[in-house]
Amino acid sequence: MRKRTRFALFVVIGLVVAMVALYLLRPGLLPRMEGARTNATTEIIERGEYLARAGDCVACHTEVNGPAFAGGRPMPTPFGNLYVPNITPDDDTGIGLWSSDDFYRMMHTGVSRDGTLLYPAMPFANYTNVTREDSDAIYAYLMSVPPVKRENRPHELRFPFNQRELLIGWRTLYFREGEYQPDPKQSEQWNRGAYLVKGLGHCSMCHTAVNALGGSRESQAFEGGMIPNQNWYAPSLTSNREAGLGNWDLQDIADLLQVGTSKRGAVYGPMAEVVYNSLQYLTDDDAKAMAVYLRSLPPRDSEPPPPSQARLVDPSVMELGRKTYEEQCSMCHGKEGEGHGVSFPPLAGNQSITMSSPVNSIRMVLNGGYSPGTKKNPRPHGMPPFSHLLDDKAVAAVVTYIRVAWNNSGTPVTPEQANELRTLIPE
Amino acid sequence: MLVRAIAIAVGLMGGSAAMAQQNPQSPRDTTPAFTSVDSIDARVQGCVTCHGHQGQGTSSGYFPRIAGKPAGYLYNQLLAFKNGTRKYPPMNYLVAYLPDKYLHEIAEHFAGERPPFAAREITPADPAVVTRGQSLVTGGDESRGIPACVACHGERLTGMEPGIPGLAGLRPTYIVAQLTRWQLGDRHATEPDCMKRIATRLSDQDIVAVAAWLSRQEAPKDLSPESSNLIRMPLACGSQPRK
Ligand code: HEC
Ligand code: HEC
Ligand code: HEC
Ligand code: HEC
Ligand code: HEC
Repeated sequence: MRKRTRFALFVVIGLVVAMVALYLLRPGLLPRMEGARTNATTEIIERGEYLARAGDCVACHTEVNGPAFAGGRPMPTPFGNLYVPNITPDDDTGIGLWSSDDFYRMMHTGVSRDGTLLYPAMPFANYTNVTREDSDAIYAYLMSVPPVKRENRPHELRFPFNQRELLIGWRTLYFREGEYQPDPKQSEQWNRGAYLVKGLGHCSMCHTAVNALGGSRESQAFEGGMIPNQNWYAPSLTSNREAGLGNWDLQDIADLLQVGTSKRGAVYGPMAEVVYNSLQYLTDDDAKAMAVYLRSLPPRDSEPPPPSQARLVDPSVMELGRKTYEEQCSMCHGKEGEGHGVSFPPLAGNQSITMSSPVNSIRMVLNGGYSPGTKKNPRPHGMPPFSHLLDDKAVAAVVTYIRVAWNNSGTPVTPEQANELRTLIPE
Repeated sequence: MLVRAIAIAVGLMGGSAAMAQQNPQSPRDTTPAFTSVDSIDARVQGCVTCHGHQGQGTSSGYFPRIAGKPAGYLYNQLLAFKNGTRKYPPMNYLVAYLPDKYLHEIAEHFAGERPPFAAREITPADPAVVTRGQSLVTGGDESRGIPACVACHGERLTGMEPGIPGLAGLRPTYIVAQLTRWQLGDRHATEPDCMKRIATRLSDQDIVAVAAWLSRQEAPKDLSPESSNLIRMPLACGSQPRK
């Protein structure tokens, strides 16, 4: 017992010493290089705009209805609100005085111009993959947008999370710095897809479970998880029981990302935002490349899905579900859940309905939703909300029904689960 | 104050569990249905459980009629829901990622619909209150700088192209809620926001009176809004540009 306490003490002291050392060694301002700012050509600025879209910078750095990139948007986290900073090239309140070196250091290591360590809500853990050349193009683009004078609003994080020094510990545990290294065994297309998905796309930020420290491990990348504070479930991209794409056609994957809907399913909630602000602007080639990479992600579980649970469902619940489905849903999703082309997604054989978390399906029934309007689908179809027409029992029954009917392999849901989500404000 | 509390409570009620108990009188109005998948009709099914098939509004209390209002007005409202300047979370969420051009098409669609009005919903009110309402709507109150509502909303209360909605056929709860929201700064229109100026001059009693009289009026047969700016408006309105 004694020995163990002493050992623990050593570990603690060691950690404290390491933290202090790291704190003292934390980065400061970069040396100024006079005349280092090169003249960006139109071509570079345009490429930068394209890459900034791929990185979806605008989604976080713009307040609803506010000027692009001028910040101010609250970003709720389990630790309190962050207020996203102004990244327009205003000299006093934005990043107008930053050099391309400052900008690359920020993208690559998560350190701001003055040496401040950034919170990982800025997805630098993904952007570290971005090449110097691409970082410079994004920089050139941001320097070309209209500067907006607008002071940053201080974050409202609870103690101890408002202590940025804590980030040193977080970084040691969860942050690996490094540009994307192409895998020579894979095709150029695959590598392009991997670069976009792991880097600018920051897909793992949502599609990976985060732990109590707000960290996620590389080894769990794309395994899916609840998005904190949003109550949407971002499905696993590696499990064919969730949104694993192993058995999808490449074109359907590319459509889902770029068009926002496909023959296999449509996007909604936070994923609709990603498509609307970012993925719809991808070139066909890049959308295809991402599809190639996503389809190749190694499946986490290879066993076949469990057989239908329909026989385990109380017959009266099944009957209420069937009746509700026929009256309220079948005109769009089809008598047998077959859907209708890319307009109304199929519910039969749709993994995103049968996956173990029923949260997304319940929320769809309560709040409805429109697929995002995109360049390739500017007039999307939508689903109406049913929260005011169906009580908890009917919502649970119809969601249970679509999860088990037509040989779907989902499990039943309870009225309590429906009730919990009903009180949330739709977003 | 009580009026405000009610208005806010009603405003927040839509989409809550409380409404699940109330069943609309005629379920067919709010059950999704369409004939061709590739039609605007099929595309606006996302709206029907609340606004009804032709935008007639549904009998579950708060969901307003949108049919036949000027397209410009409906478009302004959809934009305001999209960018959050008008707040009703279930609608803000639905239209958040729809392109402006599409919202315009949806607005045109509902502006062109002419479904019959639902039976009037008449809340009990003192005759004196109703008379007060009538005089405010048709004559205003000069001493307090309140112009007659009909000056902008039209003699027949069917609104004016392109940006002013009709006031005929609205439910009293809805009218009270909207005017109260303007007073509280919770609803905005394009500056100069004439309705804000008017609403803040109305007392809570005025609002109840106006709603009582308006909801007692039979909707006119011809619902078409008056054509644009035949008259000079008493106040400038940002959502009704002058030619
Ligand atoms: C998921 C939301 C999110 C996305 C996407 C995002 N950012 Fe950020 N960004 C933040 C937050 C939050 C901060 C503030 C972090 C802090 O204060 O520690 C930040 C900080 C920054 C800063 C530092 C500003 C300063 O004054 O220190 C820059 C520069 C920046 N982001 C640029 C970008 C660029 C370029 C992109 C797109 C490639 C981008 N961000 C995408 C959330 C985001
Ligand atoms: C802001 C959080 C967020 C980000 C960032 C994000 N996703 Fe998602 N994604 C979600 C959520 C939530 C869902 C579940 C809703 C749905 O199916 O549309 C989802 C669903 C999906 C699906 C399954 C859709 C279906 O119907 O089966 C795929 C595939 C996907 N995302 C890929 C990606 C890729 C690739 C990226 C990076 C370019 C990405 N996501 C970035 C939140 C996110
Ligand atoms: C008017 C047509 C319509 C009706 C009626 C309708 N839906 Fe939908 N549904 C859609 C559309 C369109 C989408 C895609 C929405 C999006 O992308 O945001 C969708 C999406 C869904 C999804 C998510 C699919 C996925 O890929 O994850 C579920 C689950 C769902 N609907 C269930 C239902 C149920 C249950 C009912 C009846 C209570 C119903 N729907 C009624 C049109 C409809
Ligand atoms: C959950 C029910 C619901 C759904 C679904 C819904 N609405 Fe609404 N809508 C409302 C409510 C309630 C209001 C009044 C909000 C307020 O208090 O300001 C409203 C207001 C409006 C208004 C402004 C009306 C006016 O006279 O000022 C328009 C226009 C509108 N909705 C159009 C639509 C369209 C188009 C759709 C489909 C894309 C839609 N709505 C879907 C409930 C809904
Ligand atoms: C100077 C012109 C003008 C006058 C006078 C006026 N209004 Fe309005 N009203 C408008 C405009 C413009 C709008 C549309 C605002 C917008 O774009 O949201 C409006 C909207 C409204 C609405 C919202 C309708 C809906 O469907 O949501 C109500 C209710 C209303 N007015 C009531 C009144 C009442 C009551 C009076 C008289 C006391 C009045 N108005 C006088 C111009 C006027």
